[in-house]
Amino acid sequence: MSHELVSRNAGALAALRPDLCAIAEMISPGAKALDLGCGNGELLEYLTVYKQVKGRGIEISEEGVLACVRRGLSVRQGNLQEGLADYPDGSVDYVILSQTLPFLDDPAMILHEMLRVGSSAIVSLPNWGYWRCRLELLLTGRIPKAYDLAQRWYEAPRWQAVTVTDFARFCEQIGVRITHQTYLSRGRRIRVRKIKNLRATTAVFMLIKAA
Amino acid sequence: MSDNRSVGLVKPQILTFAEDEPMQLESGATLGPVTIAYETYGRLNAARSNAILIVHALSGSAHAAGYHSPEDRKPGWWDECIGPGKAFDTNRYYVICSNVLGSCYGSTGPSSINPATGKPYGLGFPVVTISDMVHAQLKLIDHLGIDQLLCVAGGSMGGMQALEWAARHPQRVKAAIPLATTAQHSPMLIAFSEVGRQAIYADPNWNKGDYYGLGVKPDAGLAVARMVGHITYLSEESMQQKFGRKLRNLEQYGYEFETEFEVESYLKYNGNSFTRRFDANSYLFITKAMDYFDLTQPTGSLAAALANSTAVKFLVVSFTSDWLYPSYHSKRLVSALTAVGADVTYLDIKSSWGHDAFLLEVDTMTNLIDSFLSRLAREENIAVPSPEEADVAGGAENVEATPLAVQAGAAM
Repeated sequence: MSHELVSRNAGALAALRPDLCAIAEMISPGAKALDLGCGNGELLEYLTVYKQVKGRGIEISEEGVLACVRRGLSVRQGNLQEGLADYPDGSVDYVILSQTLPFLDDPAMILHEMLRVGSSAIVSLPNWGYWRCRLELLLTGRIPKAYDLAQRWYEAPRWQAVTVTDFARFCEQIGVRITHQTYLSRGRRIRVRKIKNLRATTAVFMLIKAA
Repeated sequence: MSDNRSVGLVKPQILTFAEDEPMQLESGATLGPVTIAYETYGRLNAARSNAILIVHALSGSAHAAGYHSPEDRKPGWWDECIGPGKAFDTNRYYVICSNVLGSCYGSTGPSSINPATGKPYGLGFPVVTISDMVHAQLKLIDHLGIDQLLCVAGGSMGGMQALEWAARHPQRVKAAIPLATTAQHSPMLIAFSEVGRQAIYADPNWNKGDYYGLGVKPDAGLAVARMVGHITYLSEESMQQKFGRKLRNLEQYGYEFETEFEVESYLKYNGNSFTRRFDANSYLFITKAMDYFDLTQPTGSLAAALANSTAVKFLVVSFTSDWLYPSYHSKRLVSALTAVGADVTYLDIKSSWGHDAFLLEVDTMTNLIDSFLSRLAREENIAVPSPEEADVAGGAENVEATPLAVQAGAAM
């Protein structure tokens, strides 16, 4: 990479939403990636331009698809389940699901599908185990918003609260192994892994099928 | 629309081939000589790599953009999307549109003279298919000296031709844009085609297709066929918006069988005006070609049909209110393309215009097509033709684009 490209890369990486930045760092250059619910294509564009990733996206909204096409990405409109079902087994290296897990009706099915299509899955999720969430519930008696998901419990689409510990247990139960993990607290990387469920506002996991 | 976004005056061209050796058709029959009417807009670049073929629907012609004369009231049928700075940007791409085989706008069809008899073919014209139409287009592309098209794009029956190109001639095309279409004509579509054909057969003036030069044509039958067709191009919502239950020049019901409702009057007008511009036999032949279209044959699998097209990039578009070619037809296509690993972009555009939306949702379509083609041009290193570059395509010449302020205004 040229000097200029390196510095532009650093700038573009820093401009990504923090969890997308963590996801981008987990992906090896030149890989094939499928981004589920790719939104406006921010992550896919970064991966395509700076990591030479062969990227594809699935997005439900018309605005999202149009934004992605404007960025020169290959994206199809549809819901995750239908979209994933069309992909052959092991057809990509990574299937990405960013900040979407709390909205899924059947997360186990989607995770299994992600690991059918991809060798690895990368999932980022907002953490309701964050100490402020706990304190808010304790002190006010009201269901807290996740720090990295500014949406009340009654707003559509509806979410289901989940914590880092919940997710780790859940993976174990459904035969999914966590190979890498990154914790973010209000957009910043947490280096010490202790009491991460209390400290993290978002967690990013790389997953594979348990042997 | 500002005048500088029109391709201006254009000259229709023709290509005649299969004069010595007749063209072999899918049915086993042969046809020759074959004439194909076409138009071109923009300039071919030095590498001959910026050509886009526009393929038209059932009643379309080669006249896709611009004007034939300064007196023309209306521009070509897809003028809103073809021109400088439009979806198919003629500053960057060399755009070609040809009239399909079997039609009546300059290409060989049932109203053409059969050299064997010296009279129009009528029903003696061989039944042609989408595959035959595409073979004729291949001849044209060869004639223009183009090895590989940058893209083939079209809606409805045009989408079928785009798919035929991508599936059966993937080495000749880099990308395909099938809009509001299907990979397989459904029984419902065949049924609507058949109602149209029956209306024509039932007209005594049709005379088993032998009506040329008799002074009377099966206008009544063709008008009914067009009315049925027209209904299928709309949606209940668009009809509700456009006509509602409004009466025409009446305060209350007349309790008689005159044209009373706005919607009746609209259909009648469209049916009648269609008879002045289209040939009834061509309607029979072209609807038949659509009915035969089934990309899944001979294996029965759409994915198998597209297995060799993984290098072709696809932009598939459907419209939410299109009940003639419903979105799930496009979704099936997208599923098959995903399964074989093709690069496919798909959008189901929210629209209330029914099947006609592919001609009406200009803003969204421009947005999509322009972005898709820009990416294609970047990835494939397609050079913009320089202004000095002469029109190098054999036989093709464009009349210099002239500003047509008055005519463009009148066409709106």
